[in-house]
Amino acid sequence: MDFLAPTTWADALAAKAEQPDAVPVAGGTDVMVEINFDRRRPRALLDLTRVPELSEWGRTDDGRIRLGAGVTYSRIIAELRDELPGLAMAARTVGSPQIRNRGTVGGNLGAASPAGDSHPPLLACDAVVEVASVRGSREVPAAEFYTGPKRNALAPDELIAAVLIPRATGPQQFCKIGTRNAMVIAVAAFAIALQPQRKAIGTGIGSAAPTPRTAPDAAVFLAGEIDAAGLWESRGPLPEGLAVEFGRKVRDAASPIDDVRGSAAYRLHSLSVMARRAATWAWDDFRSEDRRAA
Amino acid sequence: MRIQLTVNGTRHDVDDVWPGESLLYALRERMGLPGAKNACEQGECGSCTVYLEGVPVCACLVPAGQAHGREVTTVEGLAPEGSGDETALHPVQQAFLEKGAVQCGFCTPGLIVSTHDLLQRNPDPSDPEIREALAGNLCRCTGYEKIMDAVRAAAEALR
Repeated sequence: MDFLAPTTWADALAAKAEQPDAVPVAGGTDVMVEINFDRRRPRALLDLTRVPELSEWGRTDDGRIRLGAGVTYSRIIAELRDELPGLAMAARTVGSPQIRNRGTVGGNLGAASPAGDSHPPLLACDAVVEVASVRGSREVPAAEFYTGPKRNALAPDELIAAVLIPRATGPQQFCKIGTRNAMVIAVAAFAIALQPQRKAIGTGIGSAAPTPRTAPDAAVFLAGEIDAAGLWESRGPLPEGLAVEFGRKVRDAASPIDDVRGSAAYRLHSLSVMARRAATWAWDDFRSEDRRAA
Repeated sequence: MRIQLTVNGTRHDVDDVWPGESLLYALRERMGLPGAKNACEQGECGSCTVYLEGVPVCACLVPAGQAHGREVTTVEGLAPEGSGDETALHPVQQAFLEKGAVQCGFCTPGLIVSTHDLLQRNPDPSDPEIREALAGNLCRCTGYEKIMDAVRAAAEALR
């Protein structure tokens, strides 16, 4: 096994081009488990922790956060909770303090587990993944990035550079079901992002389909009902039953399986409950924002 | 491969490191520092918690090569040096001892490092804050009550 430790992004891309089977490693929270348990013996590890720009984030001119692939969950919680509240909430549920100190959104995307905690908020926020190789760089919407269980849209010579995430323009929520609060792989997860300026709603489902996915019909339904009742302007309470129906439609967007962490039936039920709660909480946040501003 | 790193203030040159090897293995088997414990090897139990560049991490999940040129502090490096007393303990260690927060002791080094980190950041933690800070450290003996007592006592001793 080789240990490749480039110190520049150009060198990292060159190394990946030269050895496409090299496994990128940042926090090690997935890759090292597989190596420790002899489940994986890659020809080479490509250490990305010495490439400085991967651990940086900044604001783009078009209102987005460009989050370097190597920014840890701990830093997202500490530094981006106002601008990316949904992702920060999800980050708080990742593993333990030690895991959050090392784990990265880039790693979550690279592993592309359907249960990855950052995926639902990335989907709900219309995030775009910036990938690069020696051939150049391209942007892949998160919704197109996940191609199957633990598979993603990366070509063998590509690395994840960053994620472009619109800064929140309204309340966001994240819910996750697990057996305890810490160190849990999600049984099911859900994220919602209200986008009042566009009168739109973003959704993301985790751990309840072969890939993380959105619930587009549910999102269009809820945003449309809110609009039809004039609630984006009046910020009045949600009509009775609306959040429940939203929850049902989110549930209908999922296609979970039975596995060691939970049954498909439980995942569907918990999703409908989480979506109802998340919508209610987000809407309550939206209403109290107005009261605070008044 | 060879890695060079600083552990508890001392420079170590370590040879024959396998590229897939963890920092935990290198510390325990190549540097003679068995304080950090090897239990789950998957970041679940926290018994291998060490500081890497001042940040608590599970050493079992750090490729040893990532520690090259970097600073590591293990539980062995927390007690005050230079007092001439080899049995001198850090107040966090003393509190664990006095409160009976140790049974089999396997989780203790990780809990000591996590508590040390918590009290550096937050000298007066609430009980929920203690529980959250120690959520990545599993103890299968004590039921945690004595550990909570020890953290509260250490916080008081350090204030």
